[in-house]
Amino acid sequence: MKKWSWDTFFDAFPMVVQGLGITAGLTVACFLFALIFGFFWTFMQRIPIKSVSWLIRWIMEFIRSTPPLVQLFFIYYAFPSVPVIGMTLSPFTCAILGLGIHFSTYIGEVYRSGIDGIDEGQWEAAKALNFSTRKKWSTIILPQAIPPTIPMLGNYLIIMFKEIPLASTIGVVGILQLAKNYGAQHFNYLEPLTIVALLFLVLSYPSAILIGKLEKKMNRRFDKKEPSGSKPIPEGKGA
Amino acid sequence: MTEPIVRYQNIQKSFGDVEVLKGIDLDIKPAEKVAVIGPSGSGKTTIIRLLMTLEEPTSGDIIVDGKNLWKMEKNGKMVQANEKHLSSVRSDIGMVFQHFNLFPHMTILENCMTALVNVKKIDKQEAKQRSAEMLEKVGLGEKLEMYPSQLSGGQKQRVAMARALVMRPKVMLFDEVTSALDPELVGEVLEVIRDIAKEGEMAMVLVTHEMDFALDIADKVLFLDNGVIAEQGTPQEVIANPENERLQNFLQRFNN
Repeated sequence: MKKWSWDTFFDAFPMVVQGLGITAGLTVACFLFALIFGFFWTFMQRIPIKSVSWLIRWIMEFIRSTPPLVQLFFIYYAFPSVPVIGMTLSPFTCAILGLGIHFSTYIGEVYRSGIDGIDEGQWEAAKALNFSTRKKWSTIILPQAIPPTIPMLGNYLIIMFKEIPLASTIGVVGILQLAKNYGAQHFNYLEPLTIVALLFLVLSYPSAILIGKLEKKMNRRFDKKEPSGSKPIPEGKGA
Repeated sequence: MTEPIVRYQNIQKSFGDVEVLKGIDLDIKPAEKVAVIGPSGSGKTTIIRLLMTLEEPTSGDIIVDGKNLWKMEKNGKMVQANEKHLSSVRSDIGMVFQHFNLFPHMTILENCMTALVNVKKIDKQEAKQRSAEMLEKVGLGEKLEMYPSQLSGGQKQRVAMARALVMRPKVMLFDEVTSALDPELVGEVLEVIRDIAKEGEMAMVLVTHEMDFALDIADKVLFLDNGVIAEQGTPQEVIANPENERLQNFLQRFNN
């Protein structure tokens, strides 16, 4: 069995690092997609028609309960043969769709928890001041609901980052794929795969610290204990 | 005889099986100050929440300045009002809440400005000026850049009043606005309401437990009991010389 070689390490390093752009770019693209698409789930769930919100809940549950790898394979291999809407997509696009949709269902839940945390009194004040639905969401509800969820969103970013190598299975050439290629060429997997692990560590650990800092800052920003209206019990209901 | 600015016609409201209001008829004239008193659970908060469109009546009509609040005409028939109709009528009404309901992510100046800018579409500079003047009037001109969490309860409630007043409603609703305050802060809030009342042009409906205050500023007092208006009249008639036995019992609790 071969021993660890620094020569191999430094030989493999430039090659593996080349994939960092793809891996990081895919992470950012998937996350942006999930952030935007998350709102789709959140708002669809709020449609006050029972059958619609039930259907949306069920679809979200289905997506969350299925492995992302299966979803990636489906989009890459099976989607082109789906009648009417089926089309062939590039591996990169497939990865954005697959991982983006998968994580958007989690992010939709995060948004929902943020919105549920808004006191009933805020909705009533917005109504009393005659805000339109759009303005109510954009100036009153979301600016209060989203900042507290940033740490949770950050955690999902890191979790997602670690799932990005799944994309190599459909041919997106990120750092993992390049390390594998190097290994196959030189019959040396130890060093290139160590490099991959190190790169993930170097990127995700500082991100985790940054998110922790952000969380502290968010908590300081405005005192969440502001008694902005515990829901008044309609008279007659209580007592 | 002036036309009423608000008219309740046989308003009923139930929450599930519980009938909270059992047929309310009430006229509020422009600039009239109406105090609503009564034991808790008598439906007094519900009366003003219906007018603010926070609750929908089970039956009956509310007419605001000649327009039916909860119904609108469509193809010659009266149908349930849509959001557009509600919004057009609602702009005449303002409300101050028991728990203030200030927007915690905005400074107090922004709290006052936001509806002027986003709802009334008033120019930002003008909105800022009007809001600052109004905050000055309620005694908070020095604290424009502070956040609600930095204020005392009494100060928060004064911001909430400025926020509602700056919209220049024709009718202002006050929902037990001093109930959530420490006793020593009640005075400053009542003082502001008294000032607003003196200016006169706006109708006011105050749900309150402050009997002396009601006696002092109200033109009309309603005693609500068990979902009906059990007694109404001038403060002198209702509070100083009550005839209704339940009202006498109710008032007794405030006299000692």
